[in-house]
Amino acid sequence: MTDVLLPEPFPSWFENRGWQARPHQLAMLEAAAGGIDTLLIAPTGGGKTLAGFLPSLIDLARDPAPGLHTLYVSPLKALTTDIARNLAMPIEEMALPVSFAVRTGDTPANRRRRQRTHPPHILLTTPESLALLLSYEDAKAYFAGLRCVVLDELHSIAESKRGALLALGMARLRGLAPEARFVGLSATVADPRQLLRFLTPRSERSQIVEADPGADPSIEIELPDGRMPWSGHIALYAAESVYARIQAVRTALVFVNTRAQAELFFAALWRVNDANLAIALHHGSLAVDQRRKVEAAMAKGALRAVVCTSSLDLGIDWGDVDLVVQVGAPKGSSRLLQRIGRANHRLDEASRAVLVPANRFEVLECQAALDAVRAGTLDGAPQLIPALDVLAQHITGVACSGPFEGDTLYAEVRLAQPYADLSRADFDAVLDFVATGGYALGQYERYRRLERGTDGFFRLTDKRLVRGYRMNIGTIVEAPVMRVKLGRGRSLGEIEEYFVSMLTPGDTFLFAGRLLAFEGIRNNEVIASPAKKAGEPKIPAYAGGRLPLSSHLADRVRDILAHPEAWHALPEPVREWLDIQRRRSRLPATGELLVESFWRGGRHYLVAYSFVGRNAHQTLGMLLTRRLERMGARPLGFVASDYCIATWSLGECPDVEALFDVDMLGDDLETWTAESSMLKRIFRNCAVVAGLIERRQPGQEKSGRQVTFNADLIYDVLRKYEPDHVLLRAARMEAAASLTDVRRLADFLTSVEGRIRHQKLERISPFAVSIIATIGREFVAGGESDETLDELTASLVAEAMADPVTGEVLA
Amino acid sequence: MEGLGTRLDFGGEASTLDPLGVLWLEAEATLVVADLHLEKGSAFARRGTLLPPYDTARTLRRLGWAIERYRPRTVVSLGDAFHDRAGAAGLAAEDRRELTALAKGRTWLWIRGNHDPDPPAGLAGESLAALDLGGLHLLHLPDGKVDGRAVIAGHLHPKARLVQGARKATRPCFAADSDLLVLPAFGAYTGGLNVLDPAIKGLFRSGFAAYMLGESRVFRVAHQHLDPDPPDWRRHRLDGR
Repeated sequence: MTDVLLPEPFPSWFENRGWQARPHQLAMLEAAAGGIDTLLIAPTGGGKTLAGFLPSLIDLARDPAPGLHTLYVSPLKALTTDIARNLAMPIEEMALPVSFAVRTGDTPANRRRRQRTHPPHILLTTPESLALLLSYEDAKAYFAGLRCVVLDELHSIAESKRGALLALGMARLRGLAPEARFVGLSATVADPRQLLRFLTPRSERSQIVEADPGADPSIEIELPDGRMPWSGHIALYAAESVYARIQAVRTALVFVNTRAQAELFFAALWRVNDANLAIALHHGSLAVDQRRKVEAAMAKGALRAVVCTSSLDLGIDWGDVDLVVQVGAPKGSSRLLQRIGRANHRLDEASRAVLVPANRFEVLECQAALDAVRAGTLDGAPQLIPALDVLAQHITGVACSGPFEGDTLYAEVRLAQPYADLSRADFDAVLDFVATGGYALGQYERYRRLERGTDGFFRLTDKRLVRGYRMNIGTIVEAPVMRVKLGRGRSLGEIEEYFVSMLTPGDTFLFAGRLLAFEGIRNNEVIASPAKKAGEPKIPAYAGGRLPLSSHLADRVRDILAHPEAWHALPEPVREWLDIQRRRSRLPATGELLVESFWRGGRHYLVAYSFVGRNAHQTLGMLLTRRLERMGARPLGFVASDYCIATWSLGECPDVEALFDVDMLGDDLETWTAESSMLKRIFRNCAVVAGLIERRQPGQEKSGRQVTFNADLIYDVLRKYEPDHVLLRAARMEAAASLTDVRRLADFLTSVEGRIRHQKLERISPFAVSIIATIGREFVAGGESDETLDELTASLVAEAMADPVTGEVLA
Repeated sequence: MEGLGTRLDFGGEASTLDPLGVLWLEAEATLVVADLHLEKGSAFARRGTLLPPYDTARTLRRLGWAIERYRPRTVVSLGDAFHDRAGAAGLAAEDRRELTALAKGRTWLWIRGNHDPDPPAGLAGESLAALDLGGLHLLHLPDGKVDGRAVIAGHLHPKARLVQGARKATRPCFAADSDLLVLPAFGAYTGGLNVLDPAIKGLFRSGFAAYMLGESRVFRVAHQHLDPDPPDWRRHRLDGR
């Protein structure tokens, strides 16, 4: 069996390396021989990539005819480079006549041209670069001989709007290369069937191969000696103990949740780095060459630790990583498992991980995550929507590649899983949008960009569209950024323009692991110098950095609170905190919503512990303040965390039950959504993705604010004159989908209807301290240090924990 | 006239600043409107950006409301009535009819602007570089000349910003002192420039006020209470561009 599947020189190569072909690798060979689309689910370190490429290598060793044979698509540019390095090894060692090349946005133009005239056997690329390749006029010939498409880390991409773009590209490939077999590589997911459907429209001739998940990970929760912070999410207090952990192992990956947190925690580690250990920093805003350097050093085993964000969630196995530290609560069990997997270098050995909660609620969340990993339960993946703006971008790309027929393209688009149920009317509306802007009365007939010929084929009539399309590929509309340069020297990375606008020459800021002084702007780049004076540096924050708590973990946290008999697993200070909360106020029982209210400093506070995640709480905050306003309570503001929402007002809320009535999610939500800046923001992004407004190009003078302004005017006019225009529908659809958190909220509010437990308190409760302490600091996203935070909370804590009889402070 | 707008005695004339963004000069029975920028959408469409083509209809509808409200004898368009030279010729038949109906039975004066230096093709009305009306001098671009007449101008698209804690509001506005009154831009696709920008602030000799447009009222805010736009990174340029 094996020798049929694995012909020479492959068995000898395995033998020389001291390896044995793993069962899932053989299963993949069998699937390939049968032409079966396959989803491989395997942990990191399971030889997943080799399993994906092995059939192609064998095939090519047998018949190295020129032409593109295998296309590899990864969500990260960096990953394509790593994979190329890994792929080189078997090819060189077995002297296989196989050529391969990387093609991303970073590939120089001359090499791209060569790749098009002389395609390699194996091309490694990203979804955006694939879209670009598909838009060339020679795409049909280029992909005609394609035999295999490998989609790496499929679970991570299938969850985002990029997934819709990739799905459409895959559908196009199926049309151009009917022979091609589709292979998906994925980490463990909650619903493999759903992911298989994303990979292939075939229900026959498709299968899932699951590799041995390996030994169960060993996870601990790191707790500080003595004090446990009340709020904050940076966990600087833990720098010394994390440092001690790093000293005790060969190589550690220290994951944090945001880029700002990465800068702060990295700086904190270096403050205690007496042994001068090689500790590096890695996050998505650092200069590419800087990141590559860190990755290369990591691969060589030259580093002792890397402080990183999700920028290193995915990637090839680094062999030497023997500890993963998660600083701050992990927010979801799937992500935690993915991160822990980065230390999984031997399948038979348990990965080791340490969770470092930043505050008391996070201890509960870490415990919940640990329980989840032990029980093997994962977060559900969101359902992808048939994004109409992405479809518009795709149709434009198809038009760039040559004439097409509406019927054929409609059938092809429906092969993409998110678009399987797309109606013909919607398809035609998007097609009309691309051709004429899609306005009801056809006012722009004379500016038509696509013309339908007598043969029924649509043809491009405005060549400007091609350039516009190629500059605008992609689904991620980022806040405008500026490059940071050290003097006249090298680039350190990018920070958001918004942050730059807050700087004055001489200001210090922490970036790329350095303390920098802002000098000014030259050639639209930020010029910085090493800062001499210490002091309080600013920390660049980035939009959309934080993920909300998954509903799966939230349920588990609620469960912990409702079952005091299981608290023995929790550390002493946390148990005490829960205990005082129980005595002073109450712990939310299963199936109820705890709402506390109290007066403090002339303001009336309401705190609701709904545990539905930050995003849903933001929405709830808007709705509650609207309603408080109507009730005459004169609300002043609100603040949301993953666990609860607090509002404060000048007057008292007359009816807390009515305040949380679930019907606010009907009318109130609808009104709010229509007026909200959220819908405008989503519309703006849709307008860019669909190609109505051009994406800002680096160095282009038009500022992000200008684009913002124009899009809002378009939104207002369109809403009045053509409320059913396809772009408004795209925006509303996306808003509804991004309100899944709100659906979570709706489900929760419905489930607790009639069981709203209102506790009127004399003063702030121990639970409430964690959220009230963040009031007023919410706008300095990620910028606060735990020290200043502690100062702020000190007075609150004393107030909350003081025994009313003796006045003694308990904690 | 019902009390929608804010009364202002300007240059010796009783005037009303209307929340729609138009100026009513009662004694002259004249309605003044600035920067209509009609056909801005189609101007973009010609260049390949297919913006919704409803801006002209929207602008004319709002202008119709203003005309109905004041029933002026004279309407003055204070320049940049069309976004570009091709605009007037490119008017859709329906919009052209609408505009003709609005002008019917009244004097219509097109003061020329930098976007529309020629008289609008095929439309009723008279084209002028500037207009003297009672004690007032009306033109598109304020030229800083003072000859005893108070000046009414457009061109600058003034807007004003107010920040109070987390509450923020940015609105188009009139900007005025005793010698100069700048009208807000009226067109549906026109943006704005903060009145605290030197380009606007510098036109006033001392204290001026912004008259911010509300839904149904105009809010007078003295310049010292206004807020600038959030800072712009360009202010720290080292290369002097």
